[in-house]
Amino acid sequence: MIKKEMIAMLLAGGQGSRLGVLTAGVAKPAVAFGGKYRIIDFPLSNCINSGVDTVGVLTQYQPLRLNTHIGIGIPWDLDRNVGGVSILPPYEKSNSSEWYTGTANAIYQNLKYMEYYNPDYVLILGGDHIYKMDYEVMLDFHKANKADITLATIPVPIEEASRFGVVITDENKRILEFEEKPENPRSNLASMGIYIFSWPVLRDALLKLKNQPACDFGKHIIPYCHEKGDRIFAYEYNGYWKDVGTLGSYWESNMELIDLIPVFNLYEEFWKIYTKSEKIPPQYISGNAIVDKAIIGEASEIYGEVHNSVIGSGVTIEEGAIVRDSIIMGSTTIGAGTIVDKAIIAENVVVGKNCRLGVGEEVPNKLKPDIYAFGLVTIGEESVIPDNVTIGKNTAISGVTDSSDYPNNTLAGGECLIKAGERE
Amino acid sequence: MRAIGIVLAGGNSNRMKELSNKRAVAAMPIAGGYRSIDFVLSNMSNSHIQKVAVFTQYNAKSLNEHLNSSKWWDFGRKQGGLYVFTPTTTPENSYWYRGTADAIAQNIDFLKNSHEPYVVIASGDGIYKLDYAKVLEYHIAKKADFTVVTADVAGKDDPSRFGVIKTDEDGRVIDFEEKPISTDGSQVSTGIYIVRRRQLIELIEKAKEEERYDFVKDILIRYKNVKRVYAYPMDSYWSNISTVSSYYNTNMDFLKKDVRDYFFRQYPDIYSKIDDLPPAKYNAGSCVKNSLVSSGCIVNGYVENSILFKKAYIGNNCVIKNSIILNDVYVGDNTRIENCIVESRDTIRANTNYVGNDGEIKIVVEKNERYAL
Repeated sequence: MIKKEMIAMLLAGGQGSRLGVLTAGVAKPAVAFGGKYRIIDFPLSNCINSGVDTVGVLTQYQPLRLNTHIGIGIPWDLDRNVGGVSILPPYEKSNSSEWYTGTANAIYQNLKYMEYYNPDYVLILGGDHIYKMDYEVMLDFHKANKADITLATIPVPIEEASRFGVVITDENKRILEFEEKPENPRSNLASMGIYIFSWPVLRDALLKLKNQPACDFGKHIIPYCHEKGDRIFAYEYNGYWKDVGTLGSYWESNMELIDLIPVFNLYEEFWKIYTKSEKIPPQYISGNAIVDKAIIGEASEIYGEVHNSVIGSGVTIEEGAIVRDSIIMGSTTIGAGTIVDKAIIAENVVVGKNCRLGVGEEVPNKLKPDIYAFGLVTIGEESVIPDNVTIGKNTAISGVTDSSDYPNNTLAGGECLIKAGERE
Repeated sequence: MRAIGIVLAGGNSNRMKELSNKRAVAAMPIAGGYRSIDFVLSNMSNSHIQKVAVFTQYNAKSLNEHLNSSKWWDFGRKQGGLYVFTPTTTPENSYWYRGTADAIAQNIDFLKNSHEPYVVIASGDGIYKLDYAKVLEYHIAKKADFTVVTADVAGKDDPSRFGVIKTDEDGRVIDFEEKPISTDGSQVSTGIYIVRRRQLIELIEKAKEEERYDFVKDILIRYKNVKRVYAYPMDSYWSNISTVSSYYNTNMDFLKKDVRDYFFRQYPDIYSKIDDLPPAKYNAGSCVKNSLVSSGCIVNGYVENSILFKKAYIGNNCVIKNSIILNDVYVGDNTRIENCIVESRDTIRANTNYVGNDGEIKIVVEKNERYAL
């Protein structure tokens, strides 16, 4: 009989709408990060490095990129005879077919998958954080405390704690109380959205709450278990952990990678991060190019200047172009003479020649001021920007645009130009 | 495709000097991210050859490491696959491979147990892209017994280190001279052959009986007047890397845009083993001009007209010019390297100088202790 001590369930179905046009066509876990990775590479690599070789990836929103990226799991050594990675989309049932309506509901709909592996413990993960974490150490903590549920928590500065769900524990780290975004936090231990459940406890809770609409771990499952007196413990994690949920934090965490000795170091042999490498060739830096402070992915060709930027693989930066403080994802081309300041440009974008991106004063975005902020220019994947246009700050562009979309060849600060949610 | 593949990767070349101390020529790193054998294996995979045997003998450790999984070239298959044959002793045989024909003879069962009618034989030290299916079409159209793929090396390489071939108007080989002392020809054998499988078995077994062991000398040249041997001229990029200067020049060819576009951007791709290295990192103070930089590199100094292979670390104030820095090399601060090939896994101390000449590239092998970064 198949027996896996711990299996992981990775929730990768969310849109991540706060990343704006970056997630117009891909789920957030599939968004590129750090030159050659995608966000989901971090939890997947953590799984295999922690000895968790059975991972169910729950997909729902725009799964194509995720599906092609994960495949049968070869890059993460998750192609296994027993276990390995399985993509778990919502599916039709003989009665009551539904989408995944909440995090716990998604897991509930895959009860059969978990039962098949006969686990003692189930690890619940999200697909939207950048971190390296040994889940096995967390499991040891769980076992040592004879816990029913263990939450991974991270100490945050107390003045920021009100942005998080925090936990209040006794001296043995057993959780006494939960507070969701408290005004006056009594603790600085924030929940990371990572849980280890003892399997019977999870199974029981999912079945008891199966009729709960939009059943969610934080809102329903954990409170239910807490109320009935389950032993819930807080495991304290002290490494690098970065939420890349907003364009600002996404930009910032990418930029941290180019520090002289980055806090989050990808160059260590230990705890490698794996990804599906789409390109093998080296990058070419031309005789006239200037590159200083940058990381650059495979097969890119740099003829212009790159300062303080993260460049993906297969990118072309043409002669005379200048890229500063920006993130350029895979297979994008920046036209000759174009100057890019503080932009996030997604994959397969063509930016024309002699453009100026990120100029002028910061004006709040008219459409979504909370999302397109931080003074960034954000361009969605497969967009086309014509030659000779000027684009202001806090702007977003998605889709194939031509000069008729730019009055006076300009997209003023705070404007959005969304031509493609659904592309023909 | 109706052929199986044989890759002859057992060879050493003393013209590779110190570089061959460490590995067979077929395992030499090429163009930053590849090894020489990737090109022939990718060509075979891209030509839909499903079953490939690699014969190794000389210093095969690097090569075996590189070939530890067949999945990178899409050979992890139930139908066919990648077979690595190193010499073994058996009750009938206690010899190393005494030559290319002997290597095939010792593994004749591989040929006998296949059902594909043709065999593509190629060496592991050629850098090129070729659809062998096109060569097979030619082979069949010419009703040839053997087809030899040829390249013109005029002005590029020294023909006298190859087999020099002359043909009639139809392409039939009329003269085939192996490593002639002097020659006026520049059309050379690339070491890529197509032959009917049964024909090959017959000739190999005959050569074995006669104690002849070399495929080119004892089969191709010996039979060239009896059998129909045709030349298939290849007009795209081809280079053989088995001397220090041709190895250096071949790598430096990748600094040319047309060569890069041909190999790196035009379909089909060349595949290689994936190393899971992070993107290359350029720290403040680095300056890179006309160079190739591979993943996992960290650059702090000045690099010009050079190729940095994977995981090279270049310290502060270094000057690297016209050089090839192989995999996992650490170069300490304030060091100058010009016209050199730095052997892989070297550690170069700070404040040192290694300068070769334009005409004579210096090979640097330094096994200093590496301090933790």
